Amino acid sequence: MSAPDFEFVEGATSDLAFVARGATEEEALVAASEALLAATLEDPASVADDVSRQVKLEEGDLDLLLLRLLNELVYLRDAEGLLLRARRVRLVRGPDAIRLEAELAGEHIDRARHRLTTEVKAATAHGLCLEPTDGGWRARATLDV
Amino acid sequence: MPAPPGMRRVGSDVWELGVDYRPGMRVPVRVYASRKLLDEMDDKVFEQAANVATLPGIVEASLCMPDAHWGYGFPIGGVAAMDVRSGVISPGGIGFDINCGMRLVRTDLVWPEVKPKLRQLVDELAERVPAGVGRRGFVRIDQDTFREVLREGARWAVAKGYGTPDDLARTEGGGCLADADPERVSDRAIERGYRQIGTLGSGNHYLEIQVLRPEGVFDERLARAFGLDRPEQVVIMFHCGSRGFGHQVATDYLHDFLRVMPTRFKLPVLDRELACAPFDSPEGRDYYAAMCCAANMSFANRQVILHRIRQVFSDLFGRDPEALGIRQVYDVAHNTAKLEEHGAGRARRKLLVHRKGATRAFPPGHPELPPEFRETGQPVIIGGSMETGSYVLAGVESGAGSFFSTAHGSGRTMSRTRARKLVRGKELQRRMAEKGILVRSASWRGLAEEAGFAYKSVDEVAAATEEAGLSRRVAHLVPVGNVKG
Repeated sequence: MSAPDFEFVEGATSDLAFVARGATEEEALVAASEALLAATLEDPASVADDVSRQVKLEEGDLDLLLLRLLNELVYLRDAEGLLLRARRVRLVRGPDAIRLEAELAGEHIDRARHRLTTEVKAATAHGLCLEPTDGGWRARATLDV
Repeated sequence: MPAPPGMRRVGSDVWELGVDYRPGMRVPVRVYASRKLLDEMDDKVFEQAANVATLPGIVEASLCMPDAHWGYGFPIGGVAAMDVRSGVISPGGIGFDINCGMRLVRTDLVWPEVKPKLRQLVDELAERVPAGVGRRGFVRIDQDTFREVLREGARWAVAKGYGTPDDLARTEGGGCLADADPERVSDRAIERGYRQIGTLGSGNHYLEIQVLRPEGVFDERLARAFGLDRPEQVVIMFHCGSRGFGHQVATDYLHDFLRVMPTRFKLPVLDRELACAPFDSPEGRDYYAAMCCAANMSFANRQVILHRIRQVFSDLFGRDPEALGIRQVYDVAHNTAKLEEHGAGRARRKLLVHRKGATRAFPPGHPELPPEFRETGQPVIIGGSMETGSYVLAGVESGAGSFFSTAHGSGRTMSRTRARKLVRGKELQRRMAEKGILVRSASWRGLAEEAGFAYKSVDEVAAATEEAGLSRRVAHLVPVGNVKG
């Protein structure tokens, strides 16, 4: 898997919008989690893989799974003081829903090492999408900050 | 960006887009703005306000305040009143930061006394009021006690010694929304928020030392009545909300409503951030009760921060807070939906008024105002950017057309991404110091995003609120020291 590919783009003026890309939908979700981390601190590379968490989410469509994954990461930051990224994502399609299984990795907030910038309040459903493109998949989300 | 064709002037600084602007609109869009502010608004503002105009049960008009800008779901600066029987409640019409709000505090101190100690004061406030990402608050309580906070709001804080009954009288709704029910809140929301009472947050949240210059007084009678009563007076203004708790409440219900909208309620989803449920449904009532809990968390948060500010001033100036004349002017909520009575005579009815990035502004004589403000009208606080200053205004009778709502801030004109491409935080700090504003920030990047040039002119916004009859200008306050979250 290549390095997560994302960029912050013009969006709702008070908030932060990003587009993340991947060869597959799973890779685009991984890149989206990296974008969230990059919104939170200036040096996401400083976050080591010391702590891991597993999450399983189920929704009727891919957009909502993207929203749920981002909001799970936001929740864990406040509830457990963790800076996490999705290392691996697996999607399992059922007859009525899609299940997402993600391995999250990261570490506890350390103010001495992590140059924290923005407390993302939530990922919003505004302009939300996880969709195929010519060369792969693209995730777009707007973060309320 | 010019306003859309079809936007017509219907009053002084009041504009309307008719229901034929977009299929499905039940009411017009009404924008309160000067021509300049109107032309500066993103076209997304009108699109979003038109979407709001399609919501079931909306009454009169989908409103935009003079500081309106592109948000998610509703525009920021959007107001919508819903009929309580046929209308909906929408988390996107309130925002994730439920009851994000402003508190203004006056002192007897004047600038020449404070100036020599400003650096120490700002440093001490930055040290003792936690700000930035992932900070824990200075009030340590368990989850059961946190549930009491959710029921009682600022009243809990005052009962525990963090403030005075006078603070509550000078807080919107007395600092407590009575319909709060912690049973309607998820364990995740509580887990996320119970350690955050006594934190400022980040983004556009701040704590500012300001000065009332003699030329900043617009209405001397009202200024005196609000305690703004001496030249070069030093005041404190701060802006923060319900923290992770409120954000989780909004997140939980947004997800729930998206599931039930098309199935149970057969409601079309124009924009997922306009997810909603009928107010008169179990889902709608549950969200309302949870939203009231978040509003109460926010009132309590601002109350304990005020207490900490009093301690800092008292320690630094060697006198107790009463001797320093430290008294709250008012506390206003920005992101709420509130049950209010509007209209006159037989047309008077109860409405659920969504205000997202907008401020309630009750006029003189309003029955919900405490005796202190019956003659003056409710104090309103419009927070400007950290470079340009802020305004105190008062509610007026002519605000009835906006359900007594007015602007809440300057309103952004530029995205955060673009702002930080134009200036570095450290450079901005230096430029502000040259202008006589000392700033401490938890983040350089966050500081750059809040640069003054990223906002509309607060002078223009305040003038437009007056011209449009939403509120009356009382005083302009100039920043001298800022702790940015």
